[in-house]
Amino acid sequence: MTAATNDPVDVLIIGGGASGAAVAWSLADTRMRILCLEQGDWVKTTDFPSTGRDWEARQFGDFSVSPNRRGLPEDYPINEDDSPIKVANFNGVGGGTILYAGHFPRLHPSDFRVRSLDGVAEDWPINYETLEPYYAVNDQITGVAALEGDPSYPPKPAVMPPLPLGETGALLGGAMNKLGWHWWPSDAAINTQIYEDRAACINLGHCLSGCAQGAKATTDGTYWPKAIRARVELRTRCRVRRIETDDDRMATGAYYVDADGVERFQPAAIVILACNGIGTPRLLLNSASEQFPDGLANTSGIVGKNLMFHPYGQVRGYFDQQLDGYRGPRIGAWSMEFYETDASRGFVRGYCYQFTRGLGPVVNAVSGMADGLIPWGEGHHAAFRRLFKGSAGMVSICEDLPEEINRVTLDPTLKDSDGIPAPKITYRLGENSQKMLDHSLARGIEILKTAGAHDITVKAPMPSAGWHLLGTARMGHDPKRSVVNDWGRSHDVRNLFVVDGSVFVTAGGVNPTSTIQAIALYVADQIKSRIHNLFD
Amino acid sequence: MTKSNTAPFDDSQRETLRAIAAAMIPASEESQLPGADDPTIFDDILASTGRDTKALADALTMLHSTVSGDLSALRSAGPGTVLERFRSENGATAAIFELAISQCYYRDDRVMRAIGMEPRAPYPKGYAIERGDWSLLDPVRARGKIYRDAGEGKTA
Ligand SMILES: Cc1cc2nc3c(=O)[nH]c(=O)nc-3n(C[C@H](O)[C@H](O)[C@H](O)COP(=O)(O)OP(=O)(O)OC[C@H]3O[C@@H](n4cnc5c(N)ncnc54)[C@H](O)[C@@H]3O)c2cc1C
Ligand code: SF4
Repeated sequence: MTAATNDPVDVLIIGGGASGAAVAWSLADTRMRILCLEQGDWVKTTDFPSTGRDWEARQFGDFSVSPNRRGLPEDYPINEDDSPIKVANFNGVGGGTILYAGHFPRLHPSDFRVRSLDGVAEDWPINYETLEPYYAVNDQITGVAALEGDPSYPPKPAVMPPLPLGETGALLGGAMNKLGWHWWPSDAAINTQIYEDRAACINLGHCLSGCAQGAKATTDGTYWPKAIRARVELRTRCRVRRIETDDDRMATGAYYVDADGVERFQPAAIVILACNGIGTPRLLLNSASEQFPDGLANTSGIVGKNLMFHPYGQVRGYFDQQLDGYRGPRIGAWSMEFYETDASRGFVRGYCYQFTRGLGPVVNAVSGMADGLIPWGEGHHAAFRRLFKGSAGMVSICEDLPEEINRVTLDPTLKDSDGIPAPKITYRLGENSQKMLDHSLARGIEILKTAGAHDITVKAPMPSAGWHLLGTARMGHDPKRSVVNDWGRSHDVRNLFVVDGSVFVTAGGVNPTSTIQAIALYVADQIKSRIHNLFD
Repeated sequence: MTKSNTAPFDDSQRETLRAIAAAMIPASEESQLPGADDPTIFDDILASTGRDTKALADALTMLHSTVSGDLSALRSAGPGTVLERFRSENGATAAIFELAISQCYYRDDRVMRAIGMEPRAPYPKGYAIERGDWSLLDPVRARGKIYRDAGEGKTA
């Protein structure tokens, strides 16, 4: 390959999202020369939909959660024909955090020991205690709003007061109390007060299309400014094509296409992958060579395998009283009632509920028509009003077990705008996940009925909810069964690390980002403390 | 607004879309609401089809020929009508119509006022939400710890 060669760096991070930003910030104090290549750009808060009258429409356009729908130059296409769940992501500085809801639970202690406790999947090589100090640092940098004392977790401090309960939280919380079931204000990566120069939430309700207020903690506003002040370089519109290795099976750097479309080679002493559970296996598979014919770091053969999504169930109902509607963050409270395994339920592991508020008028109309609750023609207006004022519900976030048939491979024909082979996902819902989803819908209906809802609708798995991308380069002690070791270093390539959601051994039943970032901080600390014999 | 650069539809497609808009969201004198075929709203719809323009154009041509150009056959969406059959046989395409029409209808000033919203973008004014009473959590606290201990200490 003929490409211009840049000056070498000590550390090359690929991907500037949730984990790339965290690892960059943590390594910055080493004073090594650190460069991050990110295929997307910085996002301007003034571009976010909530600044305009077309705020709801634009979430189906340039700010769609689906990269295939957005189809912007910085997006890469994904063949997802063979999956009932479609990928949701964002490609730019901040990665998925730009569009995330900011629901910020940690994994639970039991999540790291599923083989020992429940006889399925595999135990993680690390545990809750390993990550606890990194969760705490991440909470501080992120600014997590929470209420201390949640009995579903070991004690953990709150950085600022929790999100408001609102009419919705009070109503659904009351129903949970009647049923005797756990609920608690969610840990949220959303400012409830000014924090480190970032403004407080003003309840725009549009967190999933970007927070124009800057109240939601996205890594372009949290880790990146700090890392850049500490001299980390972040180069945008640079898409990495492949990672190169030498005869000693060490990574030498990466080929990428820069913002002007010029092919370049970036030499580096350490390469860290932070491209998420789809982008990372894609890049490893695209980096196949004579030495690594099945893809880089893939002598185990499991790069791309064990893709886990968290199948989502949605339960929504309508109430006669006025609720929060489209106002307020999309999140508010959670329930961990059905999180831990209970054999009598007919499945192992479990799920959490994330309670949700109402909908904007466009989405209220569109989903009401799709669900057959709002007719075309006469009756449209009356039905719209009936549903608009008091809609609320929940999503269940179900633990997906790792299965090798669920996987990321390279599509034989599909390519991105730089001609780089695109990923294909193959995914089917496992039996355990299906039973869990069914259980979560039934209990969700019970909750909404207890709260007094009518016109309850369910959807499972939610087709557009492939936003948790996990497990495709997992960590473990055994090089035959895992891609990276217990501190994120490739078993095969001793200067190659992975810090994103790919390294998850199991998925847990909660949103993953706080754990992804805690792992990135932990791996960075391992690199720092082992720096003198890092490649042994 | 999300405008497309070119006028996307020919005359027959445009008139078919207008008929569908009126059938989907008709004007209501009682609620003092315009229909989705109101000229201002309909212009907005035409200018905002964005990524769905081609799918809509194909469906409009198909519907226009189904009714042999007699748009009065699209005036109603009730039982036994062409539109009812179209919706049940082409759910995904019907959903594209629903989005294209609703996204403009429900941002019209008159409509937003009528459904109790201020006609404005959410930002920068935002909205207010009740803080709530945390004593509601007393029963949850009283029940105590519900997570499983996993044993083991720190690894690595
Ligand atoms: C709509 C939505 C809602 C969500 N809600 C929540 C939530 O409430 N709570 C939660 O915990 N999580 C949520 N998530 C998930 C969360 O965003 C992800 O878990 C998190 O961002 C993953 O972090 P990551 O570092 O693994 O990858 P990402 O944040 O996805 O970052 C990967 C980055 O790598 C870049 N990249 C990829 N390939 C290349 C390449 N070849 N060259 C250069 N750059 C490359 C991408 O552009 C991207 O910026 C949500 C996601 C979405 C989309
Ligand atoms: S609700 Fe709060 S966090 Fe969400 S977009 Fe609005 S201001 Fe930002």
